[in-house]
Amino acid sequence: MSQNALDLTEIRWHSRGGQGGLTASQLLAEAAFDEGHEATAFSFYGAERRGAPVTSFNRVSENPIKLYSHVSTPDVVVVLDESLFTVEDPVGGIREYGILVVNTADPSDVDFDGEVIAVDATQIALDQGLVRDGVPIVNTPMLGVAAHTGVVGIDAVASVVRRTFGEENERAARTAYETGMEVTQ
Amino acid sequence: MTETAQEPEDLHILTGTGAVASAIVDVNVDAIAAYPITPQTEIVEDLATAVETDALGAQFSRVESEHTALATVMGAAQANARTFTATASQGLLYMSEMVWWTAAARLPVVMAIANRALGAPWNIWDSHTDALSQRDAGWIQLFAATVQEAYDLTVAAYRIGEDHDVMLPVMVNLDGFTLAHTMQSLSRVDRDAIAGYLGDIDVPHTIDLEHPRGYGALATGEDFWRFRWKLMAAMDVVPSVTETAFTEYADLTGRAYDLVHTYRVEDAELVIVGLGTLAREAEVACDVLREEHDVAAGVVRPLLYTPFPTEQVADAVGDADVVVLDRSTSFGRGGIVTRDVRLAVDQPVASVIAGIGGQNVDYRDVVHIATAAEPGTTQWFGGDL
Repeated sequence: MSQNALDLTEIRWHSRGGQGGLTASQLLAEAAFDEGHEATAFSFYGAERRGAPVTSFNRVSENPIKLYSHVSTPDVVVVLDESLFTVEDPVGGIREYGILVVNTADPSDVDFDGEVIAVDATQIALDQGLVRDGVPIVNTPMLGVAAHTGVVGIDAVASVVRRTFGEENERAARTAYETGMEVTQ
Repeated sequence: MTETAQEPEDLHILTGTGAVASAIVDVNVDAIAAYPITPQTEIVEDLATAVETDALGAQFSRVESEHTALATVMGAAQANARTFTATASQGLLYMSEMVWWTAAARLPVVMAIANRALGAPWNIWDSHTDALSQRDAGWIQLFAATVQEAYDLTVAAYRIGEDHDVMLPVMVNLDGFTLAHTMQSLSRVDRDAIAGYLGDIDVPHTIDLEHPRGYGALATGEDFWRFRWKLMAAMDVVPSVTETAFTEYADLTGRAYDLVHTYRVEDAELVIVGLGTLAREAEVACDVLREEHDVAAGVVRPLLYTPFPTEQVADAVGDADVVVLDRSTSFGRGGIVTRDVRLAVDQPVASVIAGIGGQNVDYRDVVHIATAAEPGTTQWFGGDL
């Protein structure tokens, strides 16, 4: 029992306030929970304001999860806004075989020496008409892409997204999953 | 685990605040008064929604301050209502006058505290000093470390506080953000089962129109001490009442709790003591200490903090070395929990103030703290360690 407390998958989400990174991490935990895993989700942010960097975390395991601290050595990093690379180090501490999932229009811009899964989630959101207060909603498409990492299945993700936000968002998640491309550098 | 009456499919994944709100809905309280404050707000937001949507048939009073929030539920409890409020940090300090009055008036209010640091400077994150600043007010204080515990302790709080030998208010503490905003799995309990577990609230000194009485009269030196004596005596029975409440809760749910949760203490040469989530993460540190550092470590985590389960902590610690992870400060005295532990055990105790105001402390840090802390001193993680 005790030996397995560190047998878990850790995910770190980087987003800006208002983009839905916190919600995405919560929906991922729900999807993992629906698949029968133990899962936790939590976020770290300062004073609540739009545009400020927000970091959210998931842990997924087959055992009870006893960790509450920030994820400092993630297996998966998901970046909702590539401009965050200029203000922080989203991939800091990522494990040797870690996967970067990034929202970008130009995958060749991504500077990461490891497995990259890239998707233009902003364009998908615009195509699906997912815009709120003038801002494309990229969290549900990015959730769809995150399913490529194998932490959760796309059907579980799609199901949670549908029951939380409806069919348009589910379509965005599935479209992003289908178009997300692996860029191995 | 004992036999369970729980429907296994009633599983959810929810935050700590959501778990407390769910418990209040399942307890089916009569009256709620609340004033929002981060990181508690989601509790009363969820409850406001529950009342608006008729999921809960309680009276919900939106008030202009925390002081009034507690005064309102205190009055409702005096009228024999089962009540709830929640706050944190500055809000708890603002209601402090009523905190003392509620306990001394022997009214079994239940209040959740999403523990948060006190200013200055402004800080919205986790520290236990808010609740522990009210340690001496006459409230029973419980500390949760998981979403499930936040739910279970909230339910049990009514059973403990309303016991006729107790008749005291109860604070259920959950680490702000660290637990309050963390999603974990939760098993809820059937409402009817909880109703049977709690029975009806029966405040013996309730307002009774057939037998009018005065309340809040002046007590002189001849009598005042009697009120304090009786309140102290009520605190003395809280550990045994809590044990019974936990035992019957286990019969109902299969989830067994002790006043003091222990982890791998049987053969421990080093025991880490702490409240809440940090002490649960410390269990992982114990595994690492045993496997990589050849240190037989264990964890002692009181669920009941006030009254402090001195004997249970002493028994669990035995003669092992002790490191207290303290998420609280008493200026001029050191860590607040540390002093209780030092009174409970004979050996010199290493005290480390860690994880206050959102300072991130992970299990690797706890491994470092446990191996480097000096017995008999107070050290600061990030400073001395």
